[in-house]
Amino acid sequence: MSAKAPKKIVATTSLAGCFGCHMSLLDIDERILDLIELVEFNKSPFDDIKTFTKECDIGLIEGGCCNDENVHVLTEFRKRCKVLVAVGECALMGGLPALRNVLPLKECLEEAYLNGPTVADGNPDKIIPHDPDLPKILNRVYPCHEVVKIDYFLPGCPPSADLIWDALVALVTGQELDPSYRSFKFD
Amino acid sequence: MPAIAQTVKQVVARYGGDATRLMDVLIDVQDELGCLSHVTAARIADVLGIPQVDVEQTTSFYHFFAREPRGKFAVYLNDSVVAEFCGRAEVAQAFEEAAGCKFGEVSADGVVGLFHTACIGMSDQEPAALVNGQVFPKLTPEKARELVAGMRAGRTVEELKGDQYGDGQNAHPEVRALVHNHVRRRGVMVFDHYRPGEALAKVVKMSSGEVIAAVKAASVRGRGGAGFPTGMKWDFARRAAGDVKYVFCNADEGEPGTFKDRVILTERPQMVIEGMAIAAFAVGARRGVLYVRHEYLYLRAYLEHVLADLRAQGLLGTAIGGLAGFDFDVSLQFGGGAYVCGEESALIESAEGKRGEPRDRPPFPVEKGYLQKPTVVNNVETLCSAVQVLLKGPEWYNRLGTEKSKGTKVLCVSGDCDRPGIYEVEWGFSVNDILKEAGARDVQAVQVGGPSGACIGPDEFNRVLAYEDLATGGSFIVVGKHRDLLKDVVLNFARFFREESCGSCVPCRALTGMAQVVLERIVAGKGTAEDVERLRAWQKIMRNNRCGLGQTALNPIVTTIQNFRPLYAARLAPGDPRFVPSFDLAAAIRDYDAAVGKG
Repeated sequence: MSAKAPKKIVATTSLAGCFGCHMSLLDIDERILDLIELVEFNKSPFDDIKTFTKECDIGLIEGGCCNDENVHVLTEFRKRCKVLVAVGECALMGGLPALRNVLPLKECLEEAYLNGPTVADGNPDKIIPHDPDLPKILNRVYPCHEVVKIDYFLPGCPPSADLIWDALVALVTGQELDPSYRSFKFD
Repeated sequence: MPAIAQTVKQVVARYGGDATRLMDVLIDVQDELGCLSHVTAARIADVLGIPQVDVEQTTSFYHFFAREPRGKFAVYLNDSVVAEFCGRAEVAQAFEEAAGCKFGEVSADGVVGLFHTACIGMSDQEPAALVNGQVFPKLTPEKARELVAGMRAGRTVEELKGDQYGDGQNAHPEVRALVHNHVRRRGVMVFDHYRPGEALAKVVKMSSGEVIAAVKAASVRGRGGAGFPTGMKWDFARRAAGDVKYVFCNADEGEPGTFKDRVILTERPQMVIEGMAIAAFAVGARRGVLYVRHEYLYLRAYLEHVLADLRAQGLLGTAIGGLAGFDFDVSLQFGGGAYVCGEESALIESAEGKRGEPRDRPPFPVEKGYLQKPTVVNNVETLCSAVQVLLKGPEWYNRLGTEKSKGTKVLCVSGDCDRPGIYEVEWGFSVNDILKEAGARDVQAVQVGGPSGACIGPDEFNRVLAYEDLATGGSFIVVGKHRDLLKDVVLNFARFFREESCGSCVPCRALTGMAQVVLERIVAGKGTAEDVERLRAWQKIMRNNRCGLGQTALNPIVTTIQNFRPLYAARLAPGDPRFVPSFDLAAAIRDYDAAVGKG
């Protein structure tokens, strides 16, 4: 890991996720010092860069697509990153947000904004939010690979810090990832 | 309610209050009450003294068991590949229009229920439907309309059938079926001259070891498809510990395109049962079970009649063939509609009244089978072979077939050919030989061994049918050049496997569903090269499934990718492969726009 080698450029995003996968990456503890020697972050919540400023080598995607903005971000990532990695259950399979996939969207929205017990009298005009500034909700939650080509998948909820670290190092150094059994054994 | 209680009580008593006879109980109760509601299930559980969930899970596993009433006439129209070839879509439409309801529903007047079902073993006379258990082959839209009109006019199923019964024993007073045998080529094993009891008369003068030695010397192999050496199987069971052993005959032919067991059970039931008695003699069993698929319930009375005849002739019962101590009897067991029950351990589970889920092996059925006792499970045709081996000797048998495949094979030829039907041929015939004999021209592909077998193209038609080359359980579906192979054949098979997966192993449960989705995408012109690779890669994961169904469920897809790759390539979506062509953002936000009133 020579510091002189040009750093790989990494972008990350959380779509329909909970940021747990990002938190898991931060769980690499002191290896974070190695990480910043190894890579440079571009668009990512870690450095708060909102838009891509250059072409990236690696894109890490947390979360699936539950609205059209997620789709736009994911498509942008696919265009700007050479390699895309789906990180965590939501990106891989839709995860918890995809629990709504068994219900029609209309029912979900009505439960959330009109009929649910927590709505009470909080929505006297019976409005389902639809401001042009708001993303549009998709008919179901899509895992990332149903929208764009995904090169690698890291399973877990969240994937362990070790697995994310090992995968990043493997990608950066061009070595084959040989994950330990423990790192993807979940029960 | 009293009707339920009364019926359940009577039916359970018929089977001696034995919970392992749950399948029989469910079949009979449904026959009398029309369906198996939760109330009925609770009652059955109560009377049998088992948890209600046991009754419920068995009921829910088999697709001929109904929770809700399925109409005075329940029409199960076959939706197999060959049925589709023969104009099923038009027949289905005629049924829907005449009945005034869709498939999966019962007409408003409660008279007609319409349901899809997988291959019912009539591929040589499609489109065919089961109506209250009776077969109506060669349907046309006109016949469908006539049938529905007849149902509404208050006619019985017998009256609807008329009296134009099929050939051979299909016209037997206990059968009276419209089914035809279509035996196009009579071979020496199954369809040659046969007199019940001749083989048994020789067997009772032999020792069990000599019987097994003869079967081994003849190298008889299982005819269900896997080709396990029969003599070895019998020997394992004979040597297995314990004095209670069972002989099962597997007549649960669910492989689409297969119908030989139906014809053999119609024309040669005595031979099959004699084969079971010989196996029983060899392994030391006193009880046998002939497990027949639900679709052949119309043979029930006839088979009972045959069993009674054989008892009367001293070929079943006590002191068979005059040999003191050789006691053996056979009972019938019908399935409930589940392809996976053709797998021997699933079949045993089913016969014990449970969900037909394959068991983990070892132990194999020859060690721990039915009721945990050593059990031999043989295919219908295998048992016929055993009869002939004992009658004519292993040398005679060894003269038939090829180096590694001795004897004959009963083929079920269907699809795009002039003479679909049964062909008993020696092992070693080529695909071309069969195509020629069946009158097939302009052939695009042949599905050998059914969907779990292989789909081959013309450059492989010189391959021979034999365990060492193209092994087959009998299904031989001819696909003409004018068919859309991926859409009309492969997709149909993919749906079949998804439907028939028992769900026990994750790869099978999940990947049969995912494979269908991906294939639908490819057929719709929205697939990618990566999708094709993905399908191929999944085959490896499928090897981890517990049973043959799961292990072969992607064969229709994988063998066509292998042999008909250009058909896939031609359908792939153009464009940048980084973006999934099947994803449609405009369609995905349509529901939202509608929900907020902006649609």
